[in-house]
Amino acid sequence: MKQKMSALSKLYIALIIIFLYAPIVVMIVFSFNSSVSTSVLEGFSTRWYHSLMHDTNTMKALTNTLILAVCSSLIATVMGTAAAVGINAMKRKWVKKITMNVTNIPMMNPEIVTGISMMLLFVFAGALIHKDNVLGFSTMLIAHITFNLPYVILSVLPKLRQMDPHLPEAAMDLGCTPLRAFFKVTLPTISTGITTGLMMSFTLSLDDFVISYFTQGPSFETLPIRIFSMTKKRVTPDMYALSTLIFVAILLLLVLLNVSQIRGEKKLRNKLDKEGA
Amino acid sequence: MGDNTIIELKHISKKFGDEVVLDDISLNIKDKEFITFLGPSGCGKTTMLRIIAGFLEADDGQVIFEGKDIGNLPPHKRQVNTIFQRYQLFPHLNVYENIAFGLRNRRMKEKDIAAKVEEMLSLVNLKGFQRRDIASLSGGQQQRVAIARALAVDPRVLLLDEPLAALDLKLRKDMQVELKNIQKRLGITFVFVTHDQQEALSMSDTVVVMDGGKIQQIGTPLDIYNEPKNAFVADFIGESNILDGVMLDDFKAKFSGAVFQCLDKGFAVNESVDIVIRPEDVDIVPVEKGEITGLVTSNTFKGIHFEMIVDIQNFKWMIQTTDYYPVGSRIGIEIEPDAIHVMKKSAYSGMFGDYSSFSDEIEHLSDIEEEED
Amino acid sequence: MTKNTALKKVISAPYLVWAALFIIVPLIFVVYYSLVDAGGSFSLEYIKSIGRYKDIMLNSIWLGFVATIICLVIAYPLAYIMARSTKNVQRTMMMLVMLPMWMNLLIRTYSLMILLQDTGILNSVFTFLHLPVRHMINTRAAVVLGMVYNYIPYMILPLYSIMVKIDYGLVEAAQDLGASRFSVLRKIILPLTAPGIASGFTMVFVPSVSTFYISKKLGGSTFSLIGDIIEMQFKSANNYNLGAALSLILMVLILLCMAIMNRFTGDDDDGGVLI
Repeated sequence: MKQKMSALSKLYIALIIIFLYAPIVVMIVFSFNSSVSTSVLEGFSTRWYHSLMHDTNTMKALTNTLILAVCSSLIATVMGTAAAVGINAMKRKWVKKITMNVTNIPMMNPEIVTGISMMLLFVFAGALIHKDNVLGFSTMLIAHITFNLPYVILSVLPKLRQMDPHLPEAAMDLGCTPLRAFFKVTLPTISTGITTGLMMSFTLSLDDFVISYFTQGPSFETLPIRIFSMTKKRVTPDMYALSTLIFVAILLLLVLLNVSQIRGEKKLRNKLDKEGA
Repeated sequence: MGDNTIIELKHISKKFGDEVVLDDISLNIKDKEFITFLGPSGCGKTTMLRIIAGFLEADDGQVIFEGKDIGNLPPHKRQVNTIFQRYQLFPHLNVYENIAFGLRNRRMKEKDIAAKVEEMLSLVNLKGFQRRDIASLSGGQQQRVAIARALAVDPRVLLLDEPLAALDLKLRKDMQVELKNIQKRLGITFVFVTHDQQEALSMSDTVVVMDGGKIQQIGTPLDIYNEPKNAFVADFIGESNILDGVMLDDFKAKFSGAVFQCLDKGFAVNESVDIVIRPEDVDIVPVEKGEITGLVTSNTFKGIHFEMIVDIQNFKWMIQTTDYYPVGSRIGIEIEPDAIHVMKKSAYSGMFGDYSSFSDEIEHLSDIEEEED
Repeated sequence: MTKNTALKKVISAPYLVWAALFIIVPLIFVVYYSLVDAGGSFSLEYIKSIGRYKDIMLNSIWLGFVATIICLVIAYPLAYIMARSTKNVQRTMMMLVMLPMWMNLLIRTYSLMILLQDTGILNSVFTFLHLPVRHMINTRAAVVLGMVYNYIPYMILPLYSIMVKIDYGLVEAAQDLGASRFSVLRKIILPLTAPGIASGFTMVFVPSVSTFYISKKLGGSTFSLIGDIIEMQFKSANNYNLGAALSLILMVLILLCMAIMNRFTGDDDDGGVLI
């Protein structure tokens, strides 16, 4: 019983969309401004995009961000999937409960607390081995893996729980070794959960500022950190240009994802129709 | 309009997009009667019910409740209550609170509510279930809670939208009896919707057969079974052999290459008609004594009787008999005048009544499809 | 079979070690640092000094709370409208809500700042319409606006995902039993969406209370939230002990708020509805 929307509902939605997008639209418009001003439009130009392309620090930060996101999400996905399988097999209720509670901590805790707690650990460990600049790529990697892990585990666990526990047994009955049964039966069954976990980790890692901020060192700068230092001073519109590019990239990604989803559903519907006829 | 009419439907029409779901429906529902809308899925019966309940508004026509047009009244102000197909019990409330829900909306005193809930629970045989969680109940128990919840507010009319569809066969039969008893005991009007003809025939005072958004026939279960108005009704209610025939004269029908005595009159001379013969009304006699003869092409044992498919002049009949005739044998057939029912030709003529492609499996498949809707 | 489960237990060992090392141990460090002085010996000096930050602490919680409630009030009807609309509208709306969420928080906050500045776009519009110029940036309202703007998708999504799951037949059943629109909302929809409210509340309240960037950019230099004070201890004042003590208190306060919140909405044992 889905209804047509009333005029009032439409107005309400429109107001919220305006609220959400007004700042972004303004930013995009000013990224094409020919002057340095952030409040007066003086003409169209792409100079800020050019200057962005020649800003080696920003380009370096972009590569760093991608490297960090790929590494941390992959490691977190492998370790998290393995962890989920183990947690699912845990027999003792209280062990399971404690493990899940610990897993939830990085999600429930304020990011700033997670950030500083890790910083304290790293600095302490650094002092132990008499190293001054411990903070850098490796500490950020550890931090990112840590905050990605719960998301992977919580995406995979429900799939494991939904899976018929007799499925791997059936495979073994047909002659698979337990390991082979895992790769041939369990893994394909939970693959959607694993993909979700991987994608969430990747985007979280790309986007993270707070935890990175406390675990980063001068040797390794990511894009959010770079943006932070740019916004500290008076900002030039090349920051807008950068933001616009990020916005367009995300928009394209989302649209593509949606289109492929709709296509998939249509295909499925067609197939069902044919079978029905 | 009789004095005891409680709901009057006048020229109700409803479209969903371009699809006509209800086409000029008019009907009187009498107070205290058990009336059933019967028809295949998509015939408009549920839409009709939802219009009476107030969840849908008719495009055209009026719903009149005790003389007053209630077409614009929202559901919560109508004196009718509904038992939903999937019960729609509130999952966050226990049995007591579910049944008390309607009473609280009337701001009744807690003491009176408790008494009413108690009374309702004993009516549906669920005494002592007050504090139980909805999720902990079986399907049949949930059904009973739904009935108690709707009856607690003392509705004048209870609308039931395929309430037994989700229950298994045994439970469904028990609930049929129980619902009928409750209706008799409380003396309120039940408007029942179902696609199950057996259910409709065994429970109702009046059956309204619907198809394609139109009423095909209104009558008592006996009327509907014995005097179907057209080929659709004849086919939908029970098993029927529906044959092409000609009325030679009053009381004289010709079909299957022979002339039979019948009880029908008032047709034009040589008017084409549909002839209905129920499978259990066919008498089997030795070949030489038969008015017509046929070849047994299949025979299935059904417990009380055998169900045969018999080829008579290339038309496949279904015949039920207590004696066994092997496949391939020839039999003679005799039909009593009162077993022959003559109907005027309608849009449904020629669509039903031939058992050439009949099989039990197909029946089951179509049942499953209907339940999915 | 037993061999198989033993294998399954071993497979989670790396994670268990990792969690102990990088989740539990760091939290122990927070407690440790807040209970020692700069020299490393036991002292309650920093815990006691928290009293000086009482006002900032309460202010942070208050602003976070206000922002969360505003998010809830705005998001609830929106989620309801979304859940009741056609599949295509739902898909488009989901995309429109999530898109800003995937933009970096810093960028979003900064673009809001451009709008609100004294010489910003909004004031240019006011001048154009011959309205008086308003001072909007560096106020409490601006900070709350920033929180609402940044975190409202985290309120919309859990509410929406729980509302699409509600069987609309329940609403009809309630109406059928004489419930008016208002009592349908109060007795059916609100209780059934309580878990969504709880997780939306958590997902907005926690980052709002602990933020430091939003307050820095929209609140100006005169204005500090607890997050700003903590950040300062680690990034400029180098007073790790005070920072750790403040973080500990923040953590405890948030846990307390959550416990109170859960009391109102009832437990959901799966740890909330995550998208």
